[in-house]
Amino acid sequence: MTQLPQSTERKMGLVIDLDTCVGCHACVISCKGWNTENYGAPLSDQDAYGANPSGTFLNRVHSYEVQPAEGAAQLIHFPKSCLHCEDAPCVTVCPTGASYKRVEDGIVLVNESDCIGCGLCAWACPYGARELDAAAGVMKKCTLCVDRIYNDNLPEEDRVPACVRTCPAGARHFGDLGDPDSAVSQLVAERGGMDLMPELGTKPVNKYLPPRPKDTIEDQIDILAPLLAPVAEEPKGFLGWLDKALEKL
Amino acid sequence: MHPAPSVIVFTTLSGLGFGLMFFLGLGLPDVSGWVAFVFFAVAYALAVGGLLASTFHLGHPERALKAFTQWKTSWLSREGWCAVLALMVTGLYAIGVIFLGQRWAGLGLLGSLLSLATVFTTSMIYTQLKTIPRWNMKLTPAMFLSFSLAGGALLAGQTTLAIPLLLIAALVQILYWRQGDQAFANAGTTLATATGLGDRGTVRAFEPPHTGTNYLLREFVHVVGRKHAEKLRVISFGLAFVLPVLLLVLPFNHLFAALAVLSHLAGVAVSRWLFFAQAEHVVGLYYGKR
Ligand code: SF4
Ligand code: SF4
Ligand code: SF4
Repeated sequence: MTQLPQSTERKMGLVIDLDTCVGCHACVISCKGWNTENYGAPLSDQDAYGANPSGTFLNRVHSYEVQPAEGAAQLIHFPKSCLHCEDAPCVTVCPTGASYKRVEDGIVLVNESDCIGCGLCAWACPYGARELDAAAGVMKKCTLCVDRIYNDNLPEEDRVPACVRTCPAGARHFGDLGDPDSAVSQLVAERGGMDLMPELGTKPVNKYLPPRPKDTIEDQIDILAPLLAPVAEEPKGFLGWLDKALEKL
Repeated sequence: MHPAPSVIVFTTLSGLGFGLMFFLGLGLPDVSGWVAFVFFAVAYALAVGGLLASTFHLGHPERALKAFTQWKTSWLSREGWCAVLALMVTGLYAIGVIFLGQRWAGLGLLGSLLSLATVFTTSMIYTQLKTIPRWNMKLTPAMFLSFSLAGGALLAGQTTLAIPLLLIAALVQILYWRQGDQAFANAGTTLATATGLGDRGTVRAFEPPHTGTNYLLREFVHVVGRKHAEKLRVISFGLAFVLPVLLLVLPFNHLFAALAVLSHLAGVAVSRWLFFAQAEHVVGLYYGKR
């Protein structure tokens, strides 16, 4: 059903730390690896080894440069996958009921056997989180690794999304954002987690932790610097005369 | 947005077809027998032809029937219902007019209203999208409806109605372009709000996620040169409104009437191309593009 639930029992989602993400794209690869072999149609590539490769991804990492009014610019790596919005516009526009938001955990999913591939949900998503697979003709999106997080066949430490499990910098956290006591909610409260495009009213579940302020460089870079004041001065007397005479030659 | 030929053909033709159906349902022109058959055949060919074209961009057209299930929330589903009901009700009415020499006025009126509802629901598919500020305006349904009525009156040969309706549609078109050009800026979504990083400085897209292109860029990022767009606006406006009105005020002549219809159709198609090609989706911001 494309009617959104009034509320969901839990709000499972990701918290992405823009301070620690190093932009290695490991989550992009592990996401594609896991999701191309598991839930639903594979994530196809077109012209993968040719001149103009392109393919379906559920998670992509952008990089932005932020130039403050004063001081050096900062490079910020920015992973982006479905934010499992509470007020998900992608769900309500779907004509077939293929797109839905689960009542039990708030995960937004596509039932691929009902999807007609009209693409309207991708038009409605502000974040570019949905991609129509060129080979399968159905809509693909992040499943929050629904086939890992409840999977009893996996060792317990693997029952988290593939991207979270793989991130070498610990920049992706997974948990229940509806529970104020959960580790992820506390992280969001502590670090001032934010919504993307809040003005569009999608109420994303996923939160982004802003980069921490960088150390500022004071005037004095090095405490030894004053002791190393330059000793060369303008030569005087005989040396001064010699200097000038030589310069004239 | 990528101006896909299937959606341009669909909105142009079925807008015109349902516009004609609206007038036929009202008994304008009051025809019967074979003449009525030809009028209804044209209306059905345009409306159904447009609807069929729209299925070409589906990934799985064979599952299209499922699209009737979610009318409670989805404008696309509602459009499907309105279109099928309009075609069925008008079909019954047409049988009476063509074969039985009967004009069931109530049924005709219902068909007319359903035809307009179809055009309205089509326009709402676009209007509802907050992600595309140029479409997310009240003027979008106004434009679709006024175009459909003007084109319908023209096709139905209702000269006295067609001239004022064309003038109204022309006015709506100008307002739509004017407001549309401001819409993205007025919506207030920028790379700063998209990344949440705006309060620390000026944000610039430094590196895209991939060296190649992707579905999002192909579907949502389409750049039309400003000069190019202005020329197309002039062409579209001239063909859709100015020329047809001039042809209609001249003494009546079947050739002129046919030319007016063709010119209007071509002009509306160009306007629809611009409607899609100039629409900027907010996701482009993440790629440093519009
Ligand atoms: S991020 Fe996009 S696809 Fe995911 S729930 Fe929100 S609107 Fe839907
Ligand atoms: S592409 Fe599929 S999931 Fe998306 S709106 Fe269309 S039918 Fe629904
Ligand atoms: S949760 Fe799973 S599907 Fe979603 S981005 Fe991470 S790896 Fe990909």
